[in-house]
Amino acid sequence: MTNQQLQDLINPWFENLAFTEEATEFLTVTVPKEKLHDLAEKLKSNSKTQFDYLFCETGMDWGEELGVIYHLRSTTHGHEMVVKVTTKDRTTANLDTVCDIWKTAELHEREIHDLFGIKFNNHPNMEVLILPPNWDGYPLRKDYVDEVNMIIR
Amino acid sequence: MDNKTYIEQLISFFSNDLGWGIWGDVTGWIVVAVVYLAFFAVTGLYLVLMERKVAGWIQLRHGPNRVGPWGLFQTIGDAIKLVTKELTGTAKADKFLYNLAPYFPIVAALISLSVFAFSKDLQAFDINIGLFFLTAVSSVGVIGILLGGWASNNKFALIGAMRSGVQVISYELSVGLSLLTMVLLTGSLQLSEIIEVQRTGGWLIYQGHIPAIIAFMIYMIAGTAETNRAPFDLIEAESELGAGYHTEYSGMKFAYFFLAEFINMFIIAAIAVTVFFGGWLSPFGITEGIEIEWLQAIFGVFWFVLKVGMIIVLMMFFRWTYPRLRIDQVLTLEWKYLLPLNLMNIVLMAIMVWAGFTLPWPF
Amino acid sequence: MDYEAQIKKNQFRTEEYKINMGPQHPATHGVLRLNLTIDGEIIKRVEPDLGYIHRGIEKMCEYDSYPQIIHLTDRMDYLSSHNNNEAVALAIEKALEIEVSDRVKYIRTIVGELTRLASHQLWWGVMGMDLGALTSYFYGFRDREVINDIFEETCGARLTMNYSIPGGIRYDIHKNFVQRVKDFIVHFRSKLPEYDQLLTGNIIFEKRMKGVGILSKEDAISYGVSGPVARASGVKSDIRKIKPYSAFAVQDIDFKEPIYTEGDAYSRYKVRIDEMWESMRIIEQLVDNIPEGNIKEPTKAVIKLPKGEFYQRVETARGELGVYINSDGKKSPYRMKFRSPGFSNLSALEDMAVGSKLGDLVAMMATLDLVVPDIDR
Repeated sequence: MTNQQLQDLINPWFENLAFTEEATEFLTVTVPKEKLHDLAEKLKSNSKTQFDYLFCETGMDWGEELGVIYHLRSTTHGHEMVVKVTTKDRTTANLDTVCDIWKTAELHEREIHDLFGIKFNNHPNMEVLILPPNWDGYPLRKDYVDEVNMIIR
Repeated sequence: MDNKTYIEQLISFFSNDLGWGIWGDVTGWIVVAVVYLAFFAVTGLYLVLMERKVAGWIQLRHGPNRVGPWGLFQTIGDAIKLVTKELTGTAKADKFLYNLAPYFPIVAALISLSVFAFSKDLQAFDINIGLFFLTAVSSVGVIGILLGGWASNNKFALIGAMRSGVQVISYELSVGLSLLTMVLLTGSLQLSEIIEVQRTGGWLIYQGHIPAIIAFMIYMIAGTAETNRAPFDLIEAESELGAGYHTEYSGMKFAYFFLAEFINMFIIAAIAVTVFFGGWLSPFGITEGIEIEWLQAIFGVFWFVLKVGMIIVLMMFFRWTYPRLRIDQVLTLEWKYLLPLNLMNIVLMAIMVWAGFTLPWPF
Repeated sequence: MDYEAQIKKNQFRTEEYKINMGPQHPATHGVLRLNLTIDGEIIKRVEPDLGYIHRGIEKMCEYDSYPQIIHLTDRMDYLSSHNNNEAVALAIEKALEIEVSDRVKYIRTIVGELTRLASHQLWWGVMGMDLGALTSYFYGFRDREVINDIFEETCGARLTMNYSIPGGIRYDIHKNFVQRVKDFIVHFRSKLPEYDQLLTGNIIFEKRMKGVGILSKEDAISYGVSGPVARASGVKSDIRKIKPYSAFAVQDIDFKEPIYTEGDAYSRYKVRIDEMWESMRIIEQLVDNIPEGNIKEPTKAVIKLPKGEFYQRVETARGELGVYINSDGKKSPYRMKFRSPGFSNLSALEDMAVGSKLGDLVAMMATLDLVVPDIDR
């Protein structure tokens, strides 16, 4: 399915879906964070989309907003798309987990939790994975400062 | 020569010829013990070197070749290192058991060594239950492994020790039963008796043909398992447990475990040679005709050590070619396959001996 | 149930306990730490604890220029270092819309396949060692040395190669390269059957591998596994087929993607052995007709990517490596993410391991072929 066909298919499912295709090869959809889990579930279960393979889950810090980017592929149809979700809350950032839909997200979300401080609701094991347990701050955020270990040119 | 073994002659030299009486007996036995200890140490050390050489040849490399000619002194260097190394231990270990444990395998191995007939009339003790004694004593060593694993207060060591307990107790059965199969042929447990039977009738593996070969195969598998060597080295499975039961041991305490493994290998091979391959007898009796007593004794030792060496090399080949089994597979192999086969084999051997189907020696 | 009641029911009372596999452990091949909850020898829970070699490569990328980033990628999956370099170089070229010459594409692919061979040889040796057959280690390293020598001659490094750079390759291939690669293929075609002789048909080996660590096709997809692990579960996931890059996009190379359906450790083993044969076929088809051309397209002294998001995938020895670049038009990326195959493959470990024995866990980790710096980044 081409990106345009995908867009036409997915657009009516929910309100407030924002599609972009600028400077990237994938169809990109930005979804409100309340709708994330529903959209993810539908993307996987719908027989025409069947996005069953989450090949990349990226945490992002856009300055004001935090968010997650999901790269999806369908192993049956072979098409690919990108789902973005953002949250403006930087102190108690939280998003819904998708690890009940794509199991690999469990580990990826723990990594994002460590490095970006985004808490994932309903995640079975939201513990520290990479950082030491007493680490202060979220290293991959743009406002993270560590004068000892970071070399900034 | 008035039908005395060399060891009896030595002791009578101290007690009678020198007239030391009971103290002569004691001195004589101490001399024997020291000679055996020396032999034991040298065997253990050079088996380590041999293993490293064999491993090297199998693995496209040279093995130790820097210390002395062909690396012959490498193992002496290792020994000096082990003796001088600091003894470390864990803080929460059960100190008494922890220190006691290494002596079990080494003492058990040394005791077993005393009943072997190295040559004609060269045997420290020729007791009438020799084979039984050997199997009994060699199973004492596992106590040390269990104690060591338990007392060092380390979970990896504990897992290794438990595996070892399970494994050795299981395979003891097969070792015992396969030797029992051969005892049906000889009618005696005494090692000198067993060899005497083979002097006239041919080696037992020839006399007993099919059941004897089956028994030998089972014995080799079970013997490898009892020495805890690959493919049955689950107790120290380095990729699973780090080092297994001796994780927390260092220096000489570790060396006791380590040497005991190699001495046990020697013992297993020596039993196999005695029971299946005619002990110190030469093939086709080519050196038995020699009249000179001392030369015959030396040839006896030569053949014995040669045969033992060949069996040990076979066990080393096992180690460097096979992957390791899993613990449940180890137990399945014993209880489901080897044990029933062994029992059937005993019946077969019994029928064969009863019906007189043993092969006569044509020479 | 309390102790007395259990005694009455004539049951053993067993207790679960925790052991710490790693970060210093022979089977984890690096500093991976697994918190195991086990009952006797049965594994009840596997909790990976990462970060012992986390260097923050993604953060460092945000302050480095693009040519500098290439050097960092060597240190992720150090056994597929060329593939990592190639992925970043391709992503940058995609963003800058540079079309490199066919010569560069061919050389990149040949070197990439050699890297895959070297990685699989090391894996094969180390896997044998994990299962207790130490001899395989030396056989694997014997053949890997030959490849490393070829790399050393051409680009000066044996492991961290830095051979691909944005716009091409750093140096042209050495004049001996083609002949030595051909010699290697002849050598390895005669040596690869030895691998089978030593392990594949061995009954102990088969017992240790068959039916161990089964990953069903559905789970494999859901866990996002890729590479040989996915192919052993019947998932077609070869990026060289799905999204051809470099020489795979230029010439129609005849190679097949080995697919097994059992999903156990043995089929993962077979997939990698088959992949070695296929890699040799790929190299044979390419090495004789490397076209002439520029080895480097001109780029600006300071590479600045246009605004946008760029994603490039390559097939490393462990699976799909994804490079995600989010650029805001400056000389360093705004955000750089590496989708490492090891991280996703690790996520499937717990599902495979629960209920099996401690010895099986080692077989599973060996056939997942985890490289810890690749997981931690």
